[in-house]
Amino acid sequence: MTVLAELKNLTKRFGERTALNDVTLQIQEGEILGLLGPNGSGKTTLLKVLAFLLMPDAGEITFRGETVTEKNSERKRLESTMVFQRTMLFNTSVYNSVAYGLRIRKMRKNKIDEEVSKALRLAKLEDFEKRQAKKLSGGEQQRVALARALVLKTKLLLLDEPTANLDPKNASIIEEVIANANRELKTTIVMATHNMFQAKSLPHRIALMENGRITEVGTSTEIFGRLSKTLASFAAVENTFAGTARISEDGSTLIDVGNDIQIVAAAKNVGEVSVFVSPEDIILSRNRFESSARNVLRGRIVEIQDLGSVVRLKVNVGKTFTVQITKRSFNEMGLNLNTEVFLAFKASSIQII
Amino acid sequence: MNEILDGIVKALQLIFSGDPTFYGIVFRSLLFSGVATILAALWALPIAMLLSLKNFPGKPIVKGFFTAMIGIPTVALGLFLWFMLYKAGPLGFLGLLYTPGAIILGEALLVTPLIVSIETQAIEAVDPEIMNLAKTLGASDSQASIAILKEAINGIAFSNAAGFNRAIAELGVALMVGGNMAGFTDVLTTNISTFNARADWPMAIALAIILLVIVFGVNLIIVVAKNPRVLLTMGRMPE
Repeated sequence: MTVLAELKNLTKRFGERTALNDVTLQIQEGEILGLLGPNGSGKTTLLKVLAFLLMPDAGEITFRGETVTEKNSERKRLESTMVFQRTMLFNTSVYNSVAYGLRIRKMRKNKIDEEVSKALRLAKLEDFEKRQAKKLSGGEQQRVALARALVLKTKLLLLDEPTANLDPKNASIIEEVIANANRELKTTIVMATHNMFQAKSLPHRIALMENGRITEVGTSTEIFGRLSKTLASFAAVENTFAGTARISEDGSTLIDVGNDIQIVAAAKNVGEVSVFVSPEDIILSRNRFESSARNVLRGRIVEIQDLGSVVRLKVNVGKTFTVQITKRSFNEMGLNLNTEVFLAFKASSIQII
Repeated sequence: MNEILDGIVKALQLIFSGDPTFYGIVFRSLLFSGVATILAALWALPIAMLLSLKNFPGKPIVKGFFTAMIGIPTVALGLFLWFMLYKAGPLGFLGLLYTPGAIILGEALLVTPLIVSIETQAIEAVDPEIMNLAKTLGASDSQASIAILKEAINGIAFSNAAGFNRAIAELGVALMVGGNMAGFTDVLTTNISTFNARADWPMAIALAIILLVIVFGVNLIIVVAKNPRVLLTMGRMPE
């Protein structure tokens, strides 16, 4: 694989605060790289450096083999574009918004028309051309922002939390568009995300960030397989719990995570630990049933998120667990808010940090 | 009371008569104030961009100065300019005193703080990330600045309209450095004052009506340009 961009010992400071601290990272051509990290870990700054909107205080950045400097950054920006987390739109029509970058590139009018239509079709925004961009819904606005970036066909596309604060329908459209852009246009994508599901499904590789540093880089299987402390530190919302582990009489590990919940894990461990169970490893049922799963917890559904083909549920069993099931199962089981359900998962699916 | 009504009737007759003296005054007012506003707009925009987009030591003081100068009394500025422009003054060699050039210069200086202050606020109100947005879409630094200005266009248009209105409605500068010379430097405001003093109320009222029409007209143009649908909804009850 060819290296598209490379950051070497890169540091960026804002006054007293070090936003990026000695970051070294390679971005391979054609990949989707996920940046996963808590708020303030430096994801946005890293994206802005890769968009050549910020120059580092120390270190080197090369793009397509050429070192990027203050001098050539304006030219390099034509090959890398960023979609911001907070949707930014010009005060104009959808057509003009999407056409902006093409006009800057002095493209002919009929070609612009053609490209804008294509990009809007890709973002499922046909017939939106004449609408005022700022009057659209949040999800539609974010899709305009994505179309505006995609239309440029840059080598590198940078996405800062592209689905943050969006409803599941718009989020899944955006995820589909991102996957398509990578597959069909061969666009290299670097995306910052908080969303563990997204991080597990979309990117080919994941870089974990904490305090301006990259702590780990690997495939999603590698990263989620050996769940790191960085990951656990901000993944608390999704099935990561802190507790005290002890070895039980039968030799398994029993972890008390509070609120009278004890989790059985296969891995041996004692003392203060964090445990994680992947939402896909949890079986949800209406009734308690006999199985080999050592962990069975009773609770009620407190949140339902329709993600298209799958449904994400939050179930309160004393602690809140996130579970992902197919839409079909969801419908067949007749689930609703406040429905009583059982969660079952194997001791071997518990990861201890 | 009768005199006022009589004055209004005669004023309307004068307006529709096409009287060359009357329309000469109107033309000079529009010309002087228009050129003054264009001049002020030309130098106010870079100042406003500097004040809103760049950081430099003493910036709050400069901004404060422009804000404070908005309310400068026109006669005070007129007097100051008179001293600058009169024969023995530092700029006396220009020979501008009692010429249209003096009025234009004076009115341009008068409206500059107003235009700078409103434009600075309008540009500052634009989300600073718009600059990054334009840049990430490929814009150069100057193209990105234009993108910011486009976002602030309503405020910029309003500032110039406000500047023009202040220029055309002011009396002090036009009187003191223009001299109110008939057919040369006399404008709407100086003539309203003069005709009133002469008890020629129809002329004074006619000129005042025109002045009001111009001021309201400019504001209306700005409102309509901002949102042309205003014209369609005029006269309708709000929903």
